[in-house]
Amino acid sequence: MPDSFHLDAVPIRLERCGKTFAGSARALEPLDLTIRGGETIVFLGPSGCGKTTTLRIIAGLESPDPGGRVLFGEEDVTALPIERRNVGMVFQSYALFPNMTVAENVAYGLKVRKLPRPERTRRVEEMLDLMHLGEFAGRRIDQLSGGQRQRVALARALVVKPRVLLLDEPLTALDAKLRDSLRLEIDRLLRGLGITAVYVTHDQGEAMALGDRIVVMAKGRVAQVGTPREIYYQPADGFVADFIGTMNRLGGSARGGTLSIGTASLPWSGPEGAVELLIRPEDLALAGEADGHLGGTVAAAVFLGDRTRLVVEPADGPALTVDAAGRSELGRGDRVWLRVDPARVLAVP
Amino acid sequence: MSACLQEAPLPHRPAARPPAGPGWVGEPLRLAALLAPAAAVFAAFFLLPLVRLILIGAGGAEGWSAYLTTLVDPGHLDSLISTLALSAGVTLVTLAVSTIAGLFLVRHHFPGHAVLVALLTFPLAFPGVVIGFMVIMLAGRQGLIGTITQALTGGKLVFAYSMAGLFLGYVYFSIPRVILTVMAAAEKLDPRLEEAARSLGAAPWRVVADVILPALKPALISAGALCFATSMGAFGTAFTLATRINVLPMTIYTEFTLQANIAAAAALSVLLGLITWAALAVARSVAGTSVAAAG
Repeated sequence: MPDSFHLDAVPIRLERCGKTFAGSARALEPLDLTIRGGETIVFLGPSGCGKTTTLRIIAGLESPDPGGRVLFGEEDVTALPIERRNVGMVFQSYALFPNMTVAENVAYGLKVRKLPRPERTRRVEEMLDLMHLGEFAGRRIDQLSGGQRQRVALARALVVKPRVLLLDEPLTALDAKLRDSLRLEIDRLLRGLGITAVYVTHDQGEAMALGDRIVVMAKGRVAQVGTPREIYYQPADGFVADFIGTMNRLGGSARGGTLSIGTASLPWSGPEGAVELLIRPEDLALAGEADGHLGGTVAAAVFLGDRTRLVVEPADGPALTVDAAGRSELGRGDRVWLRVDPARVLAVP
Repeated sequence: MSACLQEAPLPHRPAARPPAGPGWVGEPLRLAALLAPAAAVFAAFFLLPLVRLILIGAGGAEGWSAYLTTLVDPGHLDSLISTLALSAGVTLVTLAVSTIAGLFLVRHHFPGHAVLVALLTFPLAFPGVVIGFMVIMLAGRQGLIGTITQALTGGKLVFAYSMAGLFLGYVYFSIPRVILTVMAAAEKLDPRLEEAARSLGAAPWRVVADVILPALKPALISAGALCFATSMGAFGTAFTLATRINVLPMTIYTEFTLQANIAAAAALSVLLGLITWAALAVARSVAGTSVAAAG
């Protein structure tokens, strides 16, 4: 990637940024968050969790409730409207100007900034080439596919060298295959440009793949902030555990360094007493009757290619989701035994 | 599976034809039968009177050249130009007022919003006579404006019985039609487009010029064309305000009833129709291309 594209990595700080819309409940509880310069942070959560509101507060499309502050680097931008914040925005619906060509769309921000025409043309061409859109420069927007449109939107947002790139569910409108390829492209772009980026999505796969850190949100609150691995392996609570990936919940009791699950006993160093155990499907291993901890019957088997996902019903307790090898021949009605690795079990009292 | 189906050669079958038999009428015949009532009405109430009108226009002493003489007659030409100017002015002012008000009404909800929208569309049902009467009550000799200006300056401002009064009446009369069209179009605007423009640094006026107006253009053109055509042909308001207002419908009325110059009245009617129709056709083609460009 050419050096001319490298952008300043501006850190962003949100201080007590809450949002209450007139005549409705509080959409966002006061939030403190520091986004490091050059970091890609993903706001993840179900719809109505406050993630888009947070993005719009950073953008300057919403102002935080009194007392809240938004800082870009050392500059307090709380009172600045979006047009004076120098941010790039990418929307789910692309939001390209239908009355302009691809090149005119990309040039728009430069035109508004009154850049001389030769400079403008040069930068638009560079950006179109970077996004592999060179051949589409003269096309109308309605002559482009969804993926091409979103690449134009990215080019339009980036060509003005914004201080932060804000992406609001940019892949949601695309079909699965395009989503994957554009996600890779966005990843490459964000890493290459070194720009601070805020990405909003409800898709945990996108969040895991793109985020340096993920902010999981629920009902206007931050449930957890952490790297994808932290969020996945050390979820802060049951909501995060359930929202990210699949999580089994199992009752057990721990006493004197021993954890009892059903009839099995395991060495244990976690909290004592009656505990709820959270176990990922890939951390439950199939085993023989001799070394297994839990017995059950396969209630469903779904072949996913790289693995076979089994739903196992133990004699008592809730059904468990288990990942077996793709070539596993197990099917409905088979008796299986499962092994639990205590090191990979998360216990919630 | 589907690939197999596609590769298998399909037996070539001739297009299915309905069996000929008693009770079955040929398709074209049936269509003609279905169209007949509409065609009859169209012929009786539009085609025949129009042809008759065109013929009457050429039926005077001068024959077909009457159309040209009618057009170049200084009085008529004057009337035509002032009608065109009035209609164009009414259209522009109505579009400006309705676009601002329509956008405001779509974007801002406040107590009494629904009542205000209902009130704004109230004049839709009024005949021209009522509009004329309202203009007289506002700007006539005993009107509100006259009373106020007399109290303030000692001079009475009266403009109801002139082109200015007619202008006011037509704008009042046209706003509901245009405002409803603008509101319908404004509701479909994608707010994200404006947010995108603002994020790129566009000031509010720039967002209006670069995003909102281009998106409203097709609606504005079609609403403007209707407004223009209505102003060209409206008669009731002018007739209520004064018989001496020099607009084409009044000229036609005068030629027809007072001068009994039926040929000239007919020729002027045909001209009025042609000019208005041409204006609408141009507007529609411009709107059409911009609609296609907007995707």
